[in-house]
Amino acid sequence: MEPLSWFDIIGRILWQFMPVWIALVLTFALSITYRRKLGLYGKLFDSRIGMVGFAIVAFWLFTALFADFIATHDPLAQGRGMRNAWPGDPMRRAAEGAYEYYLLGGDTRARDIFSRAVMGAREVLMIAPFAAMISFMIGISLGLPAGYIGGRLDTGLTFVANLVLAFPVILLFFLLVAPEIQATAIPTVMAGVLFVVPVLFFMVLFNSRYYIQPFKRNIYVGLVLIFGFWAYSGLAFNADPLGFWGMSPNMLNVFVAVVFVNAPTVFRIVRGITMDIKTRDYVAAAQTRGEGPWYIMLWEILPNARGPLIVDFCLRIGYTTILLGTLGFFGLGVSPESPDWGSTINDGRSVLRSHPHLALVPALSLMSLVLGLNLLADGLREESLKD
Amino acid sequence: MLLFLLRRVGVMLATALCLTFVVFYLTNLPAKLETLAKTQAGARMTDAEVQSWLVRNGYDQPMLVRYGEWLGVLPGWTREEDDGTMRGRCIARVDDPAAAPDRCGILQGYLGHSTRFRAPVSDVISARLGATGWLMLWVVIVMVPMALIVGILAGMREGSRTDRSLSTFAIASTATPEYVSGVIFIALFASTVVGVSPLLSSIGLLPENTALFQGNARSALERITFWNFTLPVMTIALYGMGYIARITRASMTEVMTQQYIRTARLKGVSFSNIVLKHALRNALIAPFTVIMLQIPWLLNGVVVVEVLFSYPGFGWVLFEAAVNNDIELLLAASMVAVVVVLLTQLISDIGYVFLNPRIRIS
Repeated sequence: MEPLSWFDIIGRILWQFMPVWIALVLTFALSITYRRKLGLYGKLFDSRIGMVGFAIVAFWLFTALFADFIATHDPLAQGRGMRNAWPGDPMRRAAEGAYEYYLLGGDTRARDIFSRAVMGAREVLMIAPFAAMISFMIGISLGLPAGYIGGRLDTGLTFVANLVLAFPVILLFFLLVAPEIQATAIPTVMAGVLFVVPVLFFMVLFNSRYYIQPFKRNIYVGLVLIFGFWAYSGLAFNADPLGFWGMSPNMLNVFVAVVFVNAPTVFRIVRGITMDIKTRDYVAAAQTRGEGPWYIMLWEILPNARGPLIVDFCLRIGYTTILLGTLGFFGLGVSPESPDWGSTINDGRSVLRSHPHLALVPALSLMSLVLGLNLLADGLREESLKD
Repeated sequence: MLLFLLRRVGVMLATALCLTFVVFYLTNLPAKLETLAKTQAGARMTDAEVQSWLVRNGYDQPMLVRYGEWLGVLPGWTREEDDGTMRGRCIARVDDPAAAPDRCGILQGYLGHSTRFRAPVSDVISARLGATGWLMLWVVIVMVPMALIVGILAGMREGSRTDRSLSTFAIASTATPEYVSGVIFIALFASTVVGVSPLLSSIGLLPENTALFQGNARSALERITFWNFTLPVMTIALYGMGYIARITRASMTEVMTQQYIRTARLKGVSFSNIVLKHALRNALIAPFTVIMLQIPWLLNGVVVVEVLFSYPGFGWVLFEAAVNNDIELLLAASMVAVVVVLLTQLISDIGYVFLNPRIRIS
C-alpha cells in the first residue's frame, strides 16, 4: 500500500474525531441558545477569546471521554516494522479488521503516535483537574482562617507556605517522586493529610450553615462523612472495601507532589482576597448578627471571592498540566509504557532531529490544551470583571 | 531599614535551615542510601555489601548526627581501617590525617564532596554556576526588553487590534513550557531533515546537510556564538516573557487611564511623548517586582533546557545529582537555589520602595 498524502491524513484524523465534533456542536448549540440563563458560564459565549478557549478545552475533554472510539490502535501495541514510521505509513500485514495506517507515524517502539496522543489526553485530564481541585480546597481551608483571623496563625501558615514556595519545584519533584520514596510511607502519610482536608472542608461548610437545624445538618454532614471517607480510604490508603476508588502508588506519588506544589500559591491568593473582603460591610453585618467565624468565612467571604478563584482555577489546571509534563519529561513517577504527553515527548527526544513527529505531536497537544485553559481563564476574567 | 534587612536575613537563614533539612532527610532515606551505594560501588552488590559500604563511608550514624556534621556543629566522623589508615569526613580533604580539623561543614566553609563528579562540591557548583550565569544573562537580555515592549505596546491602547494580538501572543507564550518550545525549536531550526534548514539548502543559502542552528549547546562552553546559544536562550525566554508582558500590559493600561495622562493629552503633548515620558516611568514599577520574582522560576526552565540541549550548567548538575542521589551536591544546589529565591525577593522589595516613594517599609 502507498503511504497516505498529507491531505488524506488530515481528512482521516478529522474523521476519527467525529464523536468529538458531534459533542462539540451539541454543546455549543445548547450553550449559545440558553446562555442568558447560565450565569457566568453563559456569559463566556459573549467573548470571542473565552469561546475559543472553551472550544479547545472541550475538544480535549471530549477526546479524553471518547478516547476508545477515536484511537485507531491499542496505545501499547507494537506494529511490526513500524519503528519511527512516518505519518501516514501503512501497516505491514495488518491484522484482519485493524486500522491500516499509522496516521501520525510510529514511535521508537513502533507504537501508534496518534492513538498514544489521544490516550494521553485521558491520562492528563484524569489527574490535572482533580489535583487542582484538591489544591484549591487545601488553599481555601487554610487561606480563609489565615486571612480572616490573622495573628500568629497567619504568621505560621505564611512561613510554611513561603517555605514550600522557596523550594525549587524541580528539586522537589526529583526528591519526592522517586521509586525509593514510593517504597516508604511518605506519600501515603502526605496523602492521608492532604486528602482529609476536603472531607473536613465540606463538613465544616455544612455544619456552619445548618447547625441551628440539627436534622438537616445531620443528614448533610453524615452524607459527607460516608462518601468522604469511602473515597478517602480508597485514594489515600488504597483500601476501599468496594474497590471503586483507588490509585496506583505511582499516581499517588505524582498526585501528592503536584498538590503539594500548588496548594501554597492558592493559599496566598485566598489569604490576600480574604484580607481585602473582610473589611466589607456585609462581613461587619454578619459579625453584628452574631454569626460564627466559619460561617462568615465560608458563606460570606468565599462566595464573594469566587470570580478570581474561578479564573485562577482554570490557570492552575493548565499549570498542573505543565507540571505533569515536566514530570513525564524527566521520566519521574510514570510507568514507562504510559502514553501521557510528557513521557512521550521524552521518548521522542532521542530521534528529534531525524524524526521530529514523535515529540512534536504530544508537545503540540499539551500546548494546545494549556493554551485553551489560559484563553478560557482570560475570557472568564474579562466577563467576570464586567459585573 | 537596617532592622528590616536583619529580619529578612534571619528569615532567610531559618528557611535555608528548614529546606536543607528536608533535602537531607529525603536524600538519606535508607532506600536512597542503597541506591547511592550501588551507583558508587557497583550495581550487583548484596545487601551485606551495601551495608558494609555504608558503614565504611560514615553513613551508618543517625540522620540528625550526620546533618550536624554537614552543618559543621558536630565533629566529622572518623574511622580506623583494618590496615591502620584513618578515614573520615574531614580527613579526605587534607594530605596529613593528623592535621585534619575536627569539624568540617558549611559553617567552616566546606560544602562536601560530590560522589557523582568525584570532586569537591564547591568546585563543581562554582564552575557550573558560571556556565548557567552566561545562559541567564542572555535570557534576561532577550526576555526583559521583549516582554516590556510587548506589554507596553499592548497596554498603551487598550482594546485595539495591536492589544488583542499581542495579548494573545503573551497568553500563548505562557502556555508553552520549555520542553514544548525546545522540541519545536529543535525540529524547526536544528534538523537537517525537516524544518527550515532543508528549505534554505534547496535554494542554496545553506550548504547541504547542515542545520541552521545547533541543537546541542555544549560548544557554547568554550565560545558562545549566535548559532549555538540562540535556541536555548529563546526557549527559556519565551516561557518567561509572557507573564511579565501581561503584568506590564495591566500596569500600563491602568496608568493610561489616570488623570495626569489625560491632562497631558489635553495640553497637546504628542502620544509618543505621553507614553515614553509620562506613562512609562509609573508603569514599570509593577513589572520590576515581577521580573525579580520571575528569576527563580526560571530555574525550572534552566534544568529542562540544559538537559534538552546538553549544556552542562547548574541545572544539568542538579539533574545529575538528583539522578545519582549525590547528597552533598544536592544540598549545596538547593542552598544556592534558596539563596537565589530569597535574595531576589529581597531585591524586589527594596527596589519597589526606591521606585515608588509612596511606600515606606514599616
